[in-house]
Amino acid sequence: METLEQIKNRAELAARGAKIEIIVNPGPAQQPSFLIDNDHAVAVATFLRDHPAMSFDFCSNVTGVDWLDRVVKKTNKVKQIVDGVEKEVDQTSEEKIPGYLEAVYHLYSIKLKHGPLIIRMRTANRAEGTHLPSLTPVWRSAELQEREIFDLYGVHFDGHPDLRRILMWDEFKDHPMRKDYAPPDDFEWEPTAHDEVLERAKQHYPARPELDGAEKITSNQ
Amino acid sequence: MSEIDEKLRSELQKQGIFVVKMQDLYNWGRKNSIWPLQFGLACCAIEMIATAASRYDIARFGGEVFRPSPRQADLMIVAGTVTKKMAPQIVRLYNQMPDPKYVISMGACAISGGPFKQGYNVLKGIDRYIPVDVYIPGCPPRPEALLHAFMELQRKIDGQKLSGADKAEFLKPEQPSEFPVPEFGEHDLNPPANPRTYHPPVVEKQ
Repeated sequence: METLEQIKNRAELAARGAKIEIIVNPGPAQQPSFLIDNDHAVAVATFLRDHPAMSFDFCSNVTGVDWLDRVVKKTNKVKQIVDGVEKEVDQTSEEKIPGYLEAVYHLYSIKLKHGPLIIRMRTANRAEGTHLPSLTPVWRSAELQEREIFDLYGVHFDGHPDLRRILMWDEFKDHPMRKDYAPPDDFEWEPTAHDEVLERAKQHYPARPELDGAEKITSNQ
Repeated sequence: MSEIDEKLRSELQKQGIFVVKMQDLYNWGRKNSIWPLQFGLACCAIEMIATAASRYDIARFGGEVFRPSPRQADLMIVAGTVTKKMAPQIVRLYNQMPDPKYVISMGACAISGGPFKQGYNVLKGIDRYIPVDVYIPGCPPRPEALLHAFMELQRKIDGQKLSGADKAEFLKPEQPSEFPVPEFGEHDLNPPANPRTYHPPVVEKQ
């Protein structure tokens, strides 16, 4: 497989006006990916599938990611004169990144035996502008998984042939995989509650210090 | 029946004459021919299939006739995770079974939701909507456990009375034979449990 920069340049030439950004993955996987602008995503995807040097004929996985509003703190070292002496002082700046939803596609080439190439698209925001172009016309295997993203994250894929809920029922209104999803308040006691479940257990059942070991209650009898 | 001397009865049996109550004969016939409803929901169904196959062979206890229609079934084995999307269909199948009907709740998921209990899409136990006769813990329970549950159910059937004040539930006309089917709501099933039959667990101080 060519390097990502080469593929990026070729794709931007093939799909006029396309803007592709290489997203670096700082995690242990070290898998960089393409962020493709929504208007040219179908053109870029068609190029990746059809160009003989690319031949990404297999879309193995489509998944969604929910990014909440974030504040990224950056520290810059700035030279300042403090008490007449020049010193390096850390200056922190905060950058607010509004939330968005993401669809991530993992592409492989069965023909040329290379991959994966990871491409992703971002919605404008998490409220109304949750529209993305569907890549199902390019890779048929994306059909059910795009429906799943629509069901669980609420991303509307324009151009999808059959965009319905797939796991939850049609009357369901929520998107359970979103990070701000609140499940119905229907807690049932369980013996080994921990973490979030323990928090909910405390809300629904009165504290039992003598059983939970927090404080021993001695009776006068 | 209680008037007959046990020795006389034993003597008659040696001569090939059996003196039993109508109730015993009726229950003997019922308990040795329990036809389960043929459906499975998750991995517990694999164990149920193994129980029906030659190695464990539920036919030894008269339960081999798995019926593909609820109208011919006596027993519903809820084998696996009941998702909220599936729950109305389970209740509807149960309602379509003729009385007397029994339910085995097989595995942790069918009892309480199991490992998926606090999830958004799994029903926290099928006993929220339909009455359950035998619970089998396990994840999944082994075929022996299902056979044990089956034999427990046979014991239960054997003890059911046909007349009197303490007669079996299915003979009492005031007892419901059908249960309300939950509807798909905007956030959860509606209602989330049948309040007439289901009571949430209570934590008691020891």
